Amino acid sequence: MKFHKLALFIACLTLTLSACRKEKNEPVFNNQDLAPLSIEFDNIVGGQNLYLNTGNYVNAKGEAFNVTLLQYFISNIKVKKADGTEYVVPQDSSYFLIREGSEEEGSARVNVPEGDYTSLTFTIGVDSLRSTMDVSRRTGVLDPSGGMEDGMYWGWNSGYIFFKMEGISGAAPVDPSGQQKYRFHIGGFGGYSAPTVNNIRTVTMDLSQAGVAQVRKGRKSNIHLMVDIAKVMNGPTQVSIAENPTVMFSEFSLLISANYMQMFRHDHTEN
Amino acid sequence: MNRNIIKVTLGILMVLTLAACRKEIIEQVVAPFLGFQRPANFPEPAYHFDTNPVTEAGFELGRKLFYEPRLSRNNTISCGSCHIQSAAFTHHGHDVSHGIDDRLGKRNSPPIMNLAWNPTFMWDGGIFDLDLQPIAPITAHEEMDESVDNVLSKLRAQPAYPELFRKAFGSTEITSARFLQALSQFMVMCISSNSKYDSVQRHEGAVFTTLEAQGYQLFQQKCAACHTEPLFTDHSFRNNGIGIGFNGDPGRYDITLQDGDKYKFKVPSLRNLQYTAPYMHDGRFYTLEAVLDQYSGNVQHSPTLDPLLQQNGVLGIPLNADEKNALLAFLQTLNDRTFITNKMLAEQ
Repeated sequence: MKFHKLALFIACLTLTLSACRKEKNEPVFNNQDLAPLSIEFDNIVGGQNLYLNTGNYVNAKGEAFNVTLLQYFISNIKVKKADGTEYVVPQDSSYFLIREGSEEEGSARVNVPEGDYTSLTFTIGVDSLRSTMDVSRRTGVLDPSGGMEDGMYWGWNSGYIFFKMEGISGAAPVDPSGQQKYRFHIGGFGGYSAPTVNNIRTVTMDLSQAGVAQVRKGRKSNIHLMVDIAKVMNGPTQVSIAENPTVMFSEFSLLISANYMQMFRHDHTEN
Repeated sequence: MNRNIIKVTLGILMVLTLAACRKEIIEQVVAPFLGFQRPANFPEPAYHFDTNPVTEAGFELGRKLFYEPRLSRNNTISCGSCHIQSAAFTHHGHDVSHGIDDRLGKRNSPPIMNLAWNPTFMWDGGIFDLDLQPIAPITAHEEMDESVDNVLSKLRAQPAYPELFRKAFGSTEITSARFLQALSQFMVMCISSNSKYDSVQRHEGAVFTTLEAQGYQLFQQKCAACHTEPLFTDHSFRNNGIGIGFNGDPGRYDITLQDGDKYKFKVPSLRNLQYTAPYMHDGRFYTLEAVLDQYSGNVQHSPTLDPLLQQNGVLGIPLNADEKNALLAFLQTLNDRTFITNKMLAEQ
């Protein structure tokens, strides 16, 4: 009986210690041995959740609008530890199309070495290398086969649309289809043979305040980002729908991408 | 012994007979497929054959797709609708093309000709890879108004296509890459290199008449800086002083957003002009005489006008009536009948 109690005590102690051990000691960084990490893009508008079609919002210019379509490319994901060790997700698994309204396409799922990450870097859009590569390598979300409505590719000016947001607003003029629609289609990788607008935007986020990502095998670390799309219009530039109901391939698009690169905030991490 | 001789003779006879039959059949259908062959007087092509080599099955699939109306939303318009072989793959007689539901486009349909040598596509050069080119007309509202995704679904539902894709690419899978690569394989084979001019250049026996030779000399002095031989374009973008068109099209500016590119368009080739009227990006000129009159007497000044059209304070290219006559005679030597009648490039 006594022996059993002692055994139980030792077992408990071992478990407690091993639990401590697990929290304090990070696994050795091995970039050949990977564990899952997801980055969740939770689209909101200011202090409200974003509801496609039904939600009504107001921008800084006082213009009411709703959102009927919201999708953007997230690519070139990179994570960094406090000691500076960095892991770049291989290109072939580092392109994601985030689509509002699709649970599955609300997150970017990657694999990185086990470790505690304090910093996350990604690109909003598609880098110039991928934007110009052979058609046989344009698979998955980079397949340029989408249509005019929900496609993310410009056929007439070879290149991806990085960010697409559309909706209805009383401030927008009536278009030929009778709708009062605003359309922001932002792209441009800098030009193939002649330089032009470059809307490739890269964002680095500090994870140390709201929750380090502790990536371990058998667990699912999830970096939860809040994406405030109100900032698409309310940023360094206050965009008026009445004045700019349609922003596509133009100089003005640079102001919108400068706005939306500020829309990401790290809320918490689920480890 | 005798029996053996008879057997062997019979065997040889049979093989010969079969071979003869075979040969006749091939000749009836089409000449043997030789793949992409660079004409002796042409430079190295710009197209990336290393990633998409032309095979007979790939070419045939591409040809079928080129003439396939399912590429359009309501299955009425194919590539061949606005790129007609008898018009050197342009939309002869139309200033701008009408696509689906008779919607009008904004530019004159350019020829599918010698595209393997083109570094960029479209009048504004907005597309930098031939493999990506078909996406533009397929998705354009006033052309085919369809999505590539939906085209692929329609092709998958046609019993013939999976097998054709297998022959061309090794499996029945129909992907956008394979679809686009097959179209490229057809388009790079649309080579026009058998005009009288080519024959003269390659010393195949043809000779210029005195007037043609005079025209050629004038051409080299006054036109060749932009319409560089042997493709008759230097693939650059220039404002040739025709003035802003009916729809205000700013051309290359749409792609670069640089003010210096306003109203610049790609220098078109001068091959097959006899079949490709009307001329210019908006099809405003119906005759070559009108084009030459434009250059000699009506060039408009604007900030982006090409420097070659304003030398020594003179606008345009001075040309008298005799010179125009000679130039027109030379330009006629760039027409290539074999190109517009080549059965290999026609709808089968």
